[in-house]
Amino acid sequence: MNAPTNDGTQDVSKRWLSEKPYLDSNELIINMGPQHPATHGVLRVILKLDGERVLGTECVIGYLHRGVEKIAENRTYAMFNPYVDRMDYVAAVSNGLGYCEAVEKLLNVEAPPRAKYIRVILTELNRIASHQLWLGTHALDIGAMTPLFYTFRDREEILKIFERYCGARLTTHAFRIGGCQYETYAGFEKDVKKFLTFVAPKIDEYEALLTTNRIWMERTKNVGVISAADAIALGVTGPVLRASGVKWDLRKAQPYAAYSDFDFEIPVGTKGDTYDRYLVRMAEMRQSLGIIEQAVNVIPEGPIMAKVPKVIKPPVGEIYHSIEAPKGELGYFIVSDGSTQPYRLRVRPPSFVNLQALDIMVRGLLVADVVAVIGTIDIVLGEVDR
Amino acid sequence: MLNFVMSYLGSTVTPGQAGNQFWALIYVLIIFAGVSVAVVAMNWIERKALAHFQIRLGPMRVGPHGLLQPIADALKLMLKEDIIPAEADQFVFWVAPLIGLLAAFAVYTVIPFGPSQAVSDMNIGILFMLGVSSLGALGIVVAGWASNSHYPLIGALRSTAQMVSYEVAMGLAVVSAVLMTSLNSTGTGTLSMIGIVQAQQQQGIWFIFKFFPLGLLAFVIFAIAMIAETNRAPFDMAEAESELTAGYHTEYSGLRWSLFMLAEYAAMIAVSSIAVTLWLGGWMRPFPNLLQAPAWQFTFSLFPGLTFLGLAAIAGFGTARMPAHSFFRIQRIGLGVFASLLGSIALLLLLIAVAGRSADTSIAARFSEGIDYVYWFVLKVAIFMYLFIWYRATWPRYRFDQLMRVGWKVLLPISLGVLIATAIVGVIIS
Repeated sequence: MNAPTNDGTQDVSKRWLSEKPYLDSNELIINMGPQHPATHGVLRVILKLDGERVLGTECVIGYLHRGVEKIAENRTYAMFNPYVDRMDYVAAVSNGLGYCEAVEKLLNVEAPPRAKYIRVILTELNRIASHQLWLGTHALDIGAMTPLFYTFRDREEILKIFERYCGARLTTHAFRIGGCQYETYAGFEKDVKKFLTFVAPKIDEYEALLTTNRIWMERTKNVGVISAADAIALGVTGPVLRASGVKWDLRKAQPYAAYSDFDFEIPVGTKGDTYDRYLVRMAEMRQSLGIIEQAVNVIPEGPIMAKVPKVIKPPVGEIYHSIEAPKGELGYFIVSDGSTQPYRLRVRPPSFVNLQALDIMVRGLLVADVVAVIGTIDIVLGEVDR
Repeated sequence: MLNFVMSYLGSTVTPGQAGNQFWALIYVLIIFAGVSVAVVAMNWIERKALAHFQIRLGPMRVGPHGLLQPIADALKLMLKEDIIPAEADQFVFWVAPLIGLLAAFAVYTVIPFGPSQAVSDMNIGILFMLGVSSLGALGIVVAGWASNSHYPLIGALRSTAQMVSYEVAMGLAVVSAVLMTSLNSTGTGTLSMIGIVQAQQQQGIWFIFKFFPLGLLAFVIFAIAMIAETNRAPFDMAEAESELTAGYHTEYSGLRWSLFMLAEYAAMIAVSSIAVTLWLGGWMRPFPNLLQAPAWQFTFSLFPGLTFLGLAAIAGFGTARMPAHSFFRIQRIGLGVFASLLGSIALLLLLIAVAGRSADTSIAARFSEGIDYVYWFVLKVAIFMYLFIWYRATWPRYRFDQLMRVGWKVLLPISLGVLIATAIVGVIIS
């Protein structure tokens, strides 16, 4: 059998059309999605199968397209802020942070230190929430039902903190251009510290269920391998890239918000398989706990909003600002023509870019691995389709 | 006629042995009703237990603690529109669930709930059982094929391959247990299900402990293979929800779908019964040879009644704990009635046990004995059923090729080795 190689030398997009099955057998084209329990929303994957072996895939996206980038051209900068929450709705805080910082950069203002610390705390809480949701659904795809309920139980505590802070749980709209709108509520620090002590043993609990579970290891080790070269060539970022052994985290590489103040490790994997990505994300949750712990103890006093004009009219120019969202590099490219609305706004969504790697990762694997790999890439269709 | 009917009551063989079709029919009806009730109960217990594993409550609305949920579900499924896809093979699509159901239920003809509490005792009982239970695969294959759709087809192919390959290891494990039955003075073994249990009684040991760890190994192999055989997690490839939406029964709905579920649960109970019969002493209570004194026999015969008493106490406790709000009144009454029902069953069982103590030949004694046998058998099977749920809550799903590898490269060699070792040890000892 000529198992396809993942060396990245061939043109990925054209490769599957030319490939022949290794037996003299008929191929089966299967349409997976857009309504399928394991495609995390409305992703449609066309699978070309030889028996159970995957010869090639093609992703069809756009079922959740809302034209967010076009909407941006018809909204003022402040009005567009809530829209970004609706892209990656499980990590809305990160989206807001990226957008606000991009516009701040364009305006040439800087959020005050207190606002930056609040932003870091909330964003890292959101990273843990996003990873928890990923873990639950990923495990469910592989057949372990129970972790889903444990992660949702613990994610609830994070959402409660969000709710107390800004009134919303998912689409938080927590930050404003120039800082934060809301001061922390009384007892915020206490709540966050309580959460830290609450969730650390819970992460151990998830790991006890999965990390050394034989079936889990067999299902994830050497599945969906992507080499560092391939990952970089495809523009893959975030935990998927780091699991391939590339130590690239924008929080360290181009520190934004207050990340330069904190001590944390960048967990990296070695092989770039599904198991490595699992371990990297688990380690990231623990690192996030460390960052929050450092931040919550030393939130500086002071204002939470910088001086921002009532009507935001950035000077003519363009800006690209990116942050490390839970799923990878989330970038905003904004072109300003000097008016109150962006001339053009382009989002670089990590899910969309990482999804390109699906084909190279599942080629030659079995159908069961396709759902495992879709889960491990950690896509949110709201962000892929925008 | 009446004589014909009554004459069986004093006999100590199965209706099939006695050639008494009337009682065979009654036994069939009892078993059919009993298994159906067990499936309904299992449905509720699985949902409840799974929910509590997953920090949920499970069904709570239909009846007290969702006790009526399975009935509501059954009603819903029966009332649903009966959809047959236009492109499906109508007749085959129609007949597929029946094949699975028949195969699952036919097995029960030879399952011994006691030395005479079975429809029939075939001298090839265990072969019949393996043969018929593997017919269940046919229902699945045919369902997948007749649906004329991709996902069911893949699911059906998976399950065929899975069932066929695990049957081999399963069969070898069974053979090593059958081999153990021949270790007596005459040197002749038996394939009869009742004979296998009686052999365990004669040898004074459950086969799971025989030639430790050989019996245990064979049992573990069987226990793994039977999960694969019934397509349950972690080997539920055929209906892997996250991969194949619902596998072979994707196109099925309503009553037909519920027949598949019924067949699946009936098959689970059936294979558990085989495991219990072959390795765990079937209907025998613990230590039937050591604790033979009448006092012990009486003590053990109280167990069924005490179990029901315990269940009644739990239900009663639940009734007492229900909120006093008027909204819960009907539920409270319902649960209270249920508790008293369980309690009266407990009292009845205890009465029978007490009445059966004095005279050995009375009808009450025979009744008490029979209840005892069925109780211990059902208890052992229930442990397996709980394990099925536990597995499902704990483990991720195996991938298809890994499943095959486990079946052919791990279980098969081990079961062969166990078989050979059992034979050698048996020859040396005898």
